Amino acid sequence: MIPQNAIEVRGLTKRYGTLTALEQITFEVRRGELFGLIGPDGAGKTTLFRLLATLLDPDEGGATVDGFDIVTQYREIRRRVGYMPGRFSLYPDLSVAENLDFFAALFGVKVREAYDWIAPIYRQIEPFRKRRAGKLSGGMKQKLALCCALIHRPSVLFLDEPTTGVDAVSRGEFWDMLSDLKQKGISILVSTPYMDEACRCDRIALCNNGHLLGVDTPAGIVSRFDAPLYALSGDDMYGLLLEARRAEGVKECYPFGAAHHLVVAEGFDARAFERQLRQRGFGSVTVEPVPAGIEDVFMKLMQQ
Amino acid sequence: MSGFLHFVKKETLHILRDRRTMLVVLLMPVVQVLLFGFAISTEVNNIEFFAVAPNRTEAVRQQVERMRVNPYFTFKGYIDQSRIDRVLRSGQAAAVVVFTDDYDRLVEQAAAGAVDEAAVQFILDASNPNNAGTGLVYLQRAFQTDGSVTADSAPAVRILYNPQMKSSYNFVPGLMGLVFILICAMMTSVSIVREKESGSMEVLLVSPVRPIWIISAKMIPYFLLSCLNLTVILLLARYVLGVPMTGSVAGLVGLSLLYLLLSLALGLFISTVSHTQVVAILISGMLLMLPVIMLSGMLFPVENMPGILQAVSCVIPARWYIEAVRKLMIGGQSFPAVWQESVILLAMTVVLVGVALKKFNDKLE
Amino acid sequence: MSDDIIISVHDLCKCFGSFTAVDHITFEVRRGEIFGFLGANGAGKTTAMRMLCGLSYPTSGSGQVAGFDVVTQGEQIKRHIGYMSQKFSLYDDLTVRENIRLYAGIYGLDRYETLRRTVAVLNRLHFRSEADTLVGALPLGWKQKLAFSVATLHRPEVVFLDEPTGGVDPVTRRQFWEMIYEAAAGGTTVFVTTHYMDEAEYCSRVSIMVDGKIEALGAPAELKSKFGAGSMDEVFRILARGAKRRE
Repeated sequence: MIPQNAIEVRGLTKRYGTLTALEQITFEVRRGELFGLIGPDGAGKTTLFRLLATLLDPDEGGATVDGFDIVTQYREIRRRVGYMPGRFSLYPDLSVAENLDFFAALFGVKVREAYDWIAPIYRQIEPFRKRRAGKLSGGMKQKLALCCALIHRPSVLFLDEPTTGVDAVSRGEFWDMLSDLKQKGISILVSTPYMDEACRCDRIALCNNGHLLGVDTPAGIVSRFDAPLYALSGDDMYGLLLEARRAEGVKECYPFGAAHHLVVAEGFDARAFERQLRQRGFGSVTVEPVPAGIEDVFMKLMQQ
Repeated sequence: MSGFLHFVKKETLHILRDRRTMLVVLLMPVVQVLLFGFAISTEVNNIEFFAVAPNRTEAVRQQVERMRVNPYFTFKGYIDQSRIDRVLRSGQAAAVVVFTDDYDRLVEQAAAGAVDEAAVQFILDASNPNNAGTGLVYLQRAFQTDGSVTADSAPAVRILYNPQMKSSYNFVPGLMGLVFILICAMMTSVSIVREKESGSMEVLLVSPVRPIWIISAKMIPYFLLSCLNLTVILLLARYVLGVPMTGSVAGLVGLSLLYLLLSLALGLFISTVSHTQVVAILISGMLLMLPVIMLSGMLFPVENMPGILQAVSCVIPARWYIEAVRKLMIGGQSFPAVWQESVILLAMTVVLVGVALKKFNDKLE
Repeated sequence: MSDDIIISVHDLCKCFGSFTAVDHITFEVRRGEIFGFLGANGAGKTTAMRMLCGLSYPTSGSGQVAGFDVVTQGEQIKRHIGYMSQKFSLYDDLTVRENIRLYAGIYGLDRYETLRRTVAVLNRLHFRSEADTLVGALPLGWKQKLAFSVATLHRPEVVFLDEPTGGVDPVTRRQFWEMIYEAAAGGTTVFVTTHYMDEAEYCSRVSIMVDGKIEALGAPAELKSKFGAGSMDEVFRILARGAKRRE
């Protein structure tokens, strides 16, 4: 019987000495889902991956991957998952083809047999198959690592911060590849520190300091931001930031890309505030209502 | 099985791609054998000496002449008593031989068995105590023939195994003990720890293959490399240094293979306790190389060490290996003569492999 | 070079063998500006930044940083700039106070100044209770804020920041940027690289490097209207997609 959930995590806790890396984590990843763990460094994402990849044993709670228990049935899990650790894990002194050969052998498959399966990704790096992996660009390394993690047709894929330190274009391409893999029915658990990547996932878990701040679809997460939010922009952005923080009716003001986001109290009058700022000498000031993003929610949840 | 060969291939590629390290590994034993064999030798050749002889009798001149033709001595001339200090201090000579006034009489007396006074005095520059010590021995032997040096009590010394006291012989076993520890233990531990450091160990662990197979595959190329080194060292020892190798060569090779296995197990063990390559190198360097050099009898005879160090040396595999290789290679003995050492080495290997395997976890903690 | 231009670079090139990592770049940075230096992986950002910091010699071209020549006066440049990178900036096995004191010593501050500025940094960051904590035990975001304070301890005219906020949580990331704003408001020029495109919006001006060349340079608003894009992220994608060197 095929279990309904690809990953089930129940009250998972992991401590290193006095430090609690993960505390009472509970969530599940459905079959065929692209699930994102969004959070900064130190949130416990890597520890969670290591637990699910059966590299560590939990102190409390438990989890199953593809229906198998991570503690008692870890050998079964190891046959079924593909894992890309955060630190880059290819051999830089081996060529693209040699790396792939090795990982194929590791999982007891032949590159030839697996070729069709990885072809959509592998074809992009195939022209460089004689090149040493260490000499590939960041984006190409990612593709090779993904091929290596996929070569044995895993049913669940663990990707720990695959896009960290990679430029925005390569990051976009990588997420496109993940969407394609999802179409093939692979369940994917992926972590990222970039909030803007959250919308590429089916569901996300926001994590910080070993806790989950919330688990939902990106839209669901965003809808949790109930306070009215305004975007403030003008010529002197730093001056506006300081000024807005002093203003009445503004609970919070923080930089958010091209504008500052204002979290305001009930009864806030945007036009009046605009006028007030202009009177104080700020040029081309605009205050407009704006929908909240994942990052707004994250910050709100973080501070609770 | 084809998987296993793939792992061996990958490891071989790692070694081949790192040209510099490979070159060092291949050339190091050659350079060391040649260095120890020729350049760094504790033999003292060419001891330069002056003679002080107020009374140059026939006996005195004969004695000096005998030393002059001896290849180990260079006679620089007769000097006056007052210049002794100056020639030694200025380094013009390493020794001064002072003949007494009545040398002839005293030598005769000594020959007759009645000694009350030395007939000759040796003054040596001991700024290098080793050289002075060896020089003294040579001088004593040069004078033993005429009985002037306490001929009655001088024991008749016969030097076995290495009749010419060539020191390069002694270095070969020590060198073998060192080189194999270095290549097998240090290189394997570093290469395993490198996988931990780069994060690839995580991927290896999260695979259906039992990690121990991957580790074993890692050892094979290093084992083969060491076998190559063993061959080169033995050939150099036999044909360049002229070590006679009258003992059991098969025994020597067998024992060396056992020692290679032991070194590999040691490397595996080190890799289980270190998390970075630097730590692995430090542990192999400090915990293996130094004791091998200092305590294994490679440089200093174990018998001359204080009791506590002798006890420590017992747990150093190289000590037993070097001792056995000496017996087989230089002592000309056959394999049964080293059964004790072989059993000790075998026991050490079994224990180390056991401990290393037990410590080698297929999880991260 | 006029007074308010702090970095000026003309036709700067760096070749490694037949490979031209930096290909004739020309730009100026004004005093007190926050200058975003963007580019895809491998576009040549790091190489260019090294030359500006006096760490490597250009193959050809010229440049001045804080009034010193990048070719002949590398040592003076190093003394007049601050530098911080994501990978290394502080010693994990020293305490907060020891790290500050170390950098004060490197830049030759006397004892009184060292003490005064140490207290100032600790107060500014609300770090007084953490003064004797090992830096390795601090959360990443705190570490990065401290690293920035340390990099500007000697009041450099320009501070170079190489991906300073990678992996830092969004709240701390904003606090970090406020420190940058504050430093810039105080007259320090900030030269910064980042992979977060929202951070590019915080800059006074940004340049985008593609294949060793500067393909776009201007205020974020200008660039967005020039490329008809809604965000810097889009501008970046439009430019970087044409890059040959990425593969």
